[in-house]
Amino acid sequence: MSDEKKPDLIKLLTNGMFSENPVFKLALSLCPAVAVTTSVKNGLLMGVAVLCVMTMVNITVSLFRGLINPKVRIPAYILIIATYVSITDMVMAAYARTAYKEMGLYIQLIVVFAIIISRAELFASKNKVVPSAFDGIGMGLGFLGALVLVGGVRELAGKGSLMGFNILGGRPLLIMILPAGGFFVIGLLMGLFNWIEDRYFGGVKSGGGGHH
Amino acid sequence: MTHDLIKIFIASAIINNFVFSRYLGLCIFFGVTKRMETAVGMSATFTAVMVISAALSWLVYNLVMLPLHLTFLKIIVFIGIVAGFVQGADTVLKKINPALYHKLGIYLVLITTNCIILAVPVINADEKYNFMQSITMGLGSGAGFSLALVIMASIREKIELAAVPKAFQGMPIAFIVTGLIALAFLGFSGLITV
Repeated sequence: MSDEKKPDLIKLLTNGMFSENPVFKLALSLCPAVAVTTSVKNGLLMGVAVLCVMTMVNITVSLFRGLINPKVRIPAYILIIATYVSITDMVMAAYARTAYKEMGLYIQLIVVFAIIISRAELFASKNKVVPSAFDGIGMGLGFLGALVLVGGVRELAGKGSLMGFNILGGRPLLIMILPAGGFFVIGLLMGLFNWIEDRYFGGVKSGGGGHH
Repeated sequence: MTHDLIKIFIASAIINNFVFSRYLGLCIFFGVTKRMETAVGMSATFTAVMVISAALSWLVYNLVMLPLHLTFLKIIVFIGIVAGFVQGADTVLKKINPALYHKLGIYLVLITTNCIILAVPVINADEKYNFMQSITMGLGSGAGFSLALVIMASIREKIELAAVPKAFQGMPIAFIVTGLIALAFLGFSGLITV
């Protein structure tokens, strides 16, 4: 904990965004990735909520890392997460009413997102405040990016629009905004990323497999 | 009254199936469905935890939190109830079935941080269900989740033998298959209206 080599902050950011992308690489927190991504806007809102919670949780856990007894760390982390999620939930309910009606349940469920607790456990509890904050931001941005990407594909294919603006002038593939579409899009995107990585970056261990 | 409960049961088990139309519990869903045996053990544990946590949360929510206007604390309180109860279930399973406990290992601990288990009390509170309705909702959701796990485990045992393209092995193909099942479950929507 004391004289670790100074972590490269930029690398921490890109780590979460690309090489350890929460959705496509670590295959964590998949529920919201499928659930709220019927449009870019919902994906963006969810992503921002997770980004805020994650950064604050990482900072808080890192600040208290010397005080939390390892035996009770999981309940302690959950309490910290639940506090920030409650705040986010209330802010969203107050300022983004229509979106909140659609995805309120999933905002409350941020509290059990595996990605947040796993970063608190794996990173923030062992690192100083600044790297932890950057790790939170990187992972949060990676999550946000994934949600926006999935949301974009689904909205474009399902409603023919992006961010609510009509682009294709029709509804080419209605199935994409139905539940099944979310699974298809994520499955296909994961396969695509695996293929790209395999083809151009020489078969590094491909993503997926749940949280082992 | 009974009619109402049957409706809730069917709605939560099939029409609003947690995995296929509410998209919850996916981590566990993809994690334990590699083998039928673990899938079955997991569904039994989940159903039991869901029903009991639905009942406990209902009692706390309606008898303590509503009268005291503490509903804004529901996320923290519900997860506390679930965590405490899961810890208990964990200990009991370790005693009565060590073999199964050994297999489920990490997932049992992860039950606490699982969205379905928390979603049941939250949905019950949002829908303002009464006590029996809440329990039925927990039972129905558990049945629906078990159904999803068993279907998926059977399919994945077959996928093991299939020639899947390299890029799609593992998670991607599991997602596509889930999408196909979800499509089938879409046929149930509008079966009954609650």
